[in-house]
Amino acid sequence: MSAFFQWLSTLSPWLEIPIIIGLFLVVVALILFFVEIAPRKGTVYTVIRLIVCVAAPALLLWLLQSWQLAIIGAALVGLLIFLLDLRAKEGAGSLFVLLAFLAPALLMLTVGLIIPAIQTTGQAFMNRNSSDFVGLDNFVWIFTQPQGIRVVVNTIVWVIVTPIVSTIAGLAYAYFIDKTRGEKYYKILVFLPMAISFVGASIIWRFMYTSRPPGQNQIGFLNQVIVWFGGQPVNFLAADPWNTLFLIIVLIWVQTGFAMVVLSAAIKGVPTEQIEAAMLDGTNGWQRFRNVIVPGIRPSLIVVLTTISIASLKVFDIVRTMTAGANNTSVIANEMYTQMRSFEAGRSAAFAVVLFVLVLPIVIYNAVQLKKQREVR
Amino acid sequence: MAKDLDADVVMGGATPLALPIDDEAEKELRRGERRLEAGLGGTKKRLTSRWATIAAIVIAALWTLPTFGLFISSFRPRELIQTTGWWTVFENWGWTVDNYATALQTGNSQLNMAGAFVNSIAITIPATIIPISIALLAAYAFAWMNFRGKNILFIFVFALQIVPIQMALIPLLQLFSQGTIFGAPVIEGLGAAGYAQVWIAHTIFALPLAIFLLHNFVSEIPHEVIEAARVDGAGHGQIFFRLILPLTMPAIASVAIFQFLWVWNDLLVALIFADGNVAPITKLLAEMTGSRGQDWHLLTAGAFIAIIVPLVVFLLLQRFFVRGLLAGSTKG
Repeated sequence: MSAFFQWLSTLSPWLEIPIIIGLFLVVVALILFFVEIAPRKGTVYTVIRLIVCVAAPALLLWLLQSWQLAIIGAALVGLLIFLLDLRAKEGAGSLFVLLAFLAPALLMLTVGLIIPAIQTTGQAFMNRNSSDFVGLDNFVWIFTQPQGIRVVVNTIVWVIVTPIVSTIAGLAYAYFIDKTRGEKYYKILVFLPMAISFVGASIIWRFMYTSRPPGQNQIGFLNQVIVWFGGQPVNFLAADPWNTLFLIIVLIWVQTGFAMVVLSAAIKGVPTEQIEAAMLDGTNGWQRFRNVIVPGIRPSLIVVLTTISIASLKVFDIVRTMTAGANNTSVIANEMYTQMRSFEAGRSAAFAVVLFVLVLPIVIYNAVQLKKQREVR
Repeated sequence: MAKDLDADVVMGGATPLALPIDDEAEKELRRGERRLEAGLGGTKKRLTSRWATIAAIVIAALWTLPTFGLFISSFRPRELIQTTGWWTVFENWGWTVDNYATALQTGNSQLNMAGAFVNSIAITIPATIIPISIALLAAYAFAWMNFRGKNILFIFVFALQIVPIQMALIPLLQLFSQGTIFGAPVIEGLGAAGYAQVWIAHTIFALPLAIFLLHNFVSEIPHEVIEAARVDGAGHGQIFFRLILPLTMPAIASVAIFQFLWVWNDLLVALIFADGNVAPITKLLAEMTGSRGQDWHLLTAGAFIAIIVPLVVFLLLQRFFVRGLLAGSTKG
């Protein structure tokens, strides 16, 4: 496999794309083909199932240039699956079909997400090259040195400010443009930043924030505005502690569009009768907004707030590109990367774990919600 | 059926995340989305005043100004960008496309921006098609097959999407480079084999969200349609290929757009899994911001080269984009 990828990487990218996609689609087609014929009755199909069960995992590991023991193990597991399948409740072949659909995704998730996440958790309690167990030292290190505390505080500021401001701005804008002529175009203007990468957005805003010495022409728009009002140019990104807020503006700029689109759909879904009834009662625009619209869209508001909170918690690209964490602007995700680059595997993993612990309540809450909904069905 | 609203959460600006909301709100959003698609613009009486319109114009202007300034600047000669603001473009007249030509040739010792642009394409297209196909297979199993523990497994996959990918980065890198899991050798390391690492990493990280969204769409297909096909003797393979695939194509497209934008705009995965001459444009651009932070003629043009593709995709496929964002609310 690695030889294949090695060979592939010598080709032109324009050849690589069709080759890899073509190969992949052939594999998917093969899976679907076996899925279709596998549950049929008859010795021929049983033999085909046996061959596929044993050969597929072995072949896969052989292609990955695995150890022989692993290949034999995989073949044995395949045999076991075949035997289980023969006695499956829904008839021979049903387990085979189920696995063919699920196994690729579940295998990748297990190998690529679940096991690594467990490993990272382990590393968080180990020293810098994961050779010794150090207990809670890495966490103590994060929460005792001023730099580490600052990183956590910054992250908390991100999580508090971004969702609230973007949601309010998005909601106000969605309400203001509701049913105006050209609503669609208004929406595009605010929504457009969502298509721009965080790296692109960071450059756009660095340019807004640039400052030149007093007396010279300003090239950053914000400093020009300050100069127009008779102030001195400010080096926004170095102005600790306000610089974190200036970085947050970039994420707000991106996320407001998201809040606006979702909330706009929610506002349009508020029953017209309710609004008309409120109008008959002689309410003004603000009262209708406050007493009819906002209560009506509460669940959507909560989802938008939660969603943007998670995004702010994990913010990385913006900090990396704007300041790389300089001048006390670092956040957990950025610090995790910085520590990794300086070969501090333990500390890096500890930051990842802190991030995970912070999202954990949201994960649990949503999983419980989903479970309730699926039970209702 | 209950439905979930999708929002943007993973790393980029535009990835939907599904969070469960109650049935009432779900109906509301669906109603709103229908009205949105029906384009009920100016036909209804407006709720808001003239002042609201003015406020809206101000917000729209504020939101557009930064991008607009960058766009204008990218076409101004180097000396003018460095000494005058783009808002003085009428007094300091001068236009050029040299910035773009120079930016495309700029880069590090291994790669210039033109090459990075090609890399972005070569990373993004397979990293969109592969995870969506795998996720669609799994989504089908979750929607139309019965097995013990299905609900729990599905909720588990759903929960995985909120787990920060930071949790997986370092061990996954070790697996790719050394082929070890928990220090035990399992496979031969992939080594520095072109795009393979990024493709696989993006595929893995995309799966939880894609499975969840596609499941919402796949389970929307009426039961009778599937039953009829079964009675006619179609197996799961045929049902998947002949029914599910064509019927969910629009939904697949909207999920694919998000995946495309996410991979194209990603920086974190690229920083870790795409080194040297396979780096995508975001990585090179971030690097340039660090090393040549004041060369605005390069940065403005470079930023525009990087954002033009997602902008075009977004503008052309906006309908799908909004539908993808509200994916949960289109599900019955």
